[in-house]
Amino acid sequence: MSAAPLLEVQNLSMRFGGLVAIDDLSFTANRAEITSIIGPNGAGKTTLFNCLTGFYRPSSGRLILHDDAGSHDLERMRGYRIAREAGVARTFQNIRLFPGMTVLENLVVAQHARLMRASVWSIAGILGLASYRRAEDAAAELAGDWLRRIGLLDRADALAGSLPYGAQRRLEIARAMCTEPRLLCLDEPAAGLNPRESAELKEFIRAIRERHAIGILLVEHDMSVVMAISDRVVVLDYGAKIADGPPAAVRADPRVIRAYLGEE
Amino acid sequence: MIARLKDAGLAGLAAFGLSLPMLGLETIDAGNGKLGLATHFDRVAITVAMVFLGRLFLSRVRLPKLPAKFQVTRLPAVHIPWAPFFIVLALILPVLPFASRYVVDLATTVLIYVMLGSGLNVVVGLAGLLDLGYVAFYAVGAYSFALLAKYLHFTFWEALPLAGLFAGSFGLLLGFPVLRLRGDYLAIVTLGFGEIIRIILINLPPVTGGPNGIDVPRPSFFGLAMERSVPKGMTSFAHFFNIGFDPMQRVWFLYYIVLALLLAAILLIQRLRRLPVGRAWEALREDEIASRALGIDPTKTKLSAFAIGAMLAGFAGCFFATRQGFISPESFTFMESATILAIVVLGGMGSQLGVVLASLVLVGLPEVGRQFAEFRMILFGMAMIAIMVWRPKGLLSHRQPTIKLSTIKLPKPGAGV
Repeated sequence: MSAAPLLEVQNLSMRFGGLVAIDDLSFTANRAEITSIIGPNGAGKTTLFNCLTGFYRPSSGRLILHDDAGSHDLERMRGYRIAREAGVARTFQNIRLFPGMTVLENLVVAQHARLMRASVWSIAGILGLASYRRAEDAAAELAGDWLRRIGLLDRADALAGSLPYGAQRRLEIARAMCTEPRLLCLDEPAAGLNPRESAELKEFIRAIRERHAIGILLVEHDMSVVMAISDRVVVLDYGAKIADGPPAAVRADPRVIRAYLGEE
Repeated sequence: MIARLKDAGLAGLAAFGLSLPMLGLETIDAGNGKLGLATHFDRVAITVAMVFLGRLFLSRVRLPKLPAKFQVTRLPAVHIPWAPFFIVLALILPVLPFASRYVVDLATTVLIYVMLGSGLNVVVGLAGLLDLGYVAFYAVGAYSFALLAKYLHFTFWEALPLAGLFAGSFGLLLGFPVLRLRGDYLAIVTLGFGEIIRIILINLPPVTGGPNGIDVPRPSFFGLAMERSVPKGMTSFAHFFNIGFDPMQRVWFLYYIVLALLLAAILLIQRLRRLPVGRAWEALREDEIASRALGIDPTKTKLSAFAIGAMLAGFAGCFFATRQGFISPESFTFMESATILAIVVLGGMGSQLGVVLASLVLVGLPEVGRQFAEFRMILFGMAMIAIMVWRPKGLLSHRQPTIKLSTIKLPKPGAGV
C-alpha cells in the first residue's frame, strides 16, 4: 500500500451567499479504511459529499484523489468524470435508484463507462459483435455477483422501485460498487433501517472494505453503526472540523459532546 | 439425504392419499343389482412406490444441477410482441382485396407517422426530454430534399441520407444550448424552435418559395422513373417491365420504401435501447442526478437521443415530401408536433408497439370518421379522452427490460457476504 492517503481534503470551503456550509476543512481518508463524517444536522456533511462528487464547485480549497497512476483534482472535474475517471461513487441520503428499470438494469447502467467503451460508439453493439457481447455478459456477471451478495438475486428482473426500503438501500450501495470505485461515499446508508437491517448493513460495509480494499467515506447519524465500523471519525460542526481520530477518542472528546448535547 | 427422503416420503404420502380412492377402490356389480366394492391395494402400493422412488431419484438428479452460477438471458435483438403479425400484415396490405389507392395511400401516411412517433419516442419516451417542436426536424428533412432536388438536382435516393443527416445535425445544433434546460423550460424552447423553422420557411421566398411551397420530384426505382411524364434520359418503370402505366405502381412503390426504411429504423431503435447508450437514456429519464454520479455524461447522452430522434424525423420528412410531390410551410405547424406527441403518449411512453397502435388510431381514426363530417373531430377527441380514462399510461405501458437474468432459485445467502 502506498504511503499517500487516498483522499486529501485541503482547506475546503463552500459558501452559499452569506452562509458558510463548510469552513476551511482539511482531513484525509485512506485506502481500505472507513472514515466517518459525523456532526449535528446542518454541519455540512452532505455538502462535503456534493463537493466531492462534483455537484457543487467548492468556493476554495482542494480535493485530491490519489491513485496508482497519479492524482485527480476533484474540485476541477465535472461530476460524471469524477465517477468515471477518478473512481468516486456515492449513494444518496434519499435513495436515488432508477425505479422504472429492473434491479439488474440498475446495476448494469452503473457499468456504463466500461460498456460504452466495449460498444465502440454503439457500432459494435448494433452489429452485435462478440467483443461487445462478452463485455455485456461480464457486466451481467458482476451485477449478478452483487445481487447475490445483497440477497436480491431472485428479484433481479423486478422493478427497482418495487423493492422494500431496506433492499433499495442495499441495491444503491451495490450499484455504486458496480462502477468499481476507489472511494465510496455513503450518505446516511442506515437511515430508515430497522436494528436488524442496520446490523446487516454494518457487516456489508465491513465486507466491502475487506474484500475490495477501497476507501469508504461514511456520513451517518446512527452512532452504533459509526462507532462499530469506523477506522476514523471526523466530526463537523457548523462546517468546521472539531475532532478527528479513532472512534473511542472522538467519543470522549469534550468538544464533540458539547456539539451534540449543547452547553448550558 | 434425510431431507430428500423426507421430500420423497411426502410425495409418496400424497400419492397414497390420491391413489387410494382412485385406484384402490373400485365399485363393481355385486350381482342382483347391488353395488359392491373391490379393493386393489396392490395398485396403490405400486403407485406409491413409483412416486416415492421417482421423487427420490429425481431429486438426486436435480441436486447437483443446482447451479452455483446464474445465467444471462440474451434477449432477442428485437422483441416486440405481435411484431411478426404486424409485419406480415403490412407486407401483404397492398394486395388485400379492400386495398384501394386510398387505403394504400392512407397506410403510407400511417407509416410516416409511425416513423415520426418512433423518433420522438426516443426523445420523449426513452430519454424523457419533452420536445414540443419535433416538427422542425420533419420540416428540415422535407425541405432538405426539396431544396437539394431543386437547386442541385439530387434524386430521392441521393437526398434521403442527406435529409436524415441535416435533420440530425439540426438536432445537435439545437441540443447544445437547450439541453441543459429541464422539463417545462425545454418544452417551451423546443416549441419556439419549431415555430422559428416554419417562419423562416415562410419568409424566405427566394429560396424556399415561401408560402407557395416547392415542388418535389418522385422517387425512382433503380433509375427507372415512376411517372407518367418521363423525364429526359430516363426509362419509365412501366416501359422497362413492359407493362402499362398505372399510378398505383407508384403508390405501392412508395408504400414499400417507407415500410422497408421504417422496419430498419425500428430495428435500429430497438437495438440501441439494449445498448449502454439506450440504458443511459432511460437512466437519465429516471434520475439525472444518479446517472451523473454513475459516470454517465448527461450532455452527450441527451444529444445522442435528440440527434437520433431528429434524424428519423428527417427521413420521415423526406418521405412525406416525395409522397406529396409538393411541400409548403403549411404542413409543418404546431398541430403536427402535437399529433406526434399524442402518438407517443397515447401509445405508452417508450413502447414501440404502442407507437404503431397509436398511429393507427390517431391517423386512421379521423379518416374512418370522415363519414361523420363535422362531428369527426368530436369523435376523435372523445376517443382520445376514452383512451386516457381507461389506459392512463397509454395503450401499452408495459416496459420490456433490456437484459434479464434467468433466475434460478438459490438458497438465500443473506445480506452480508
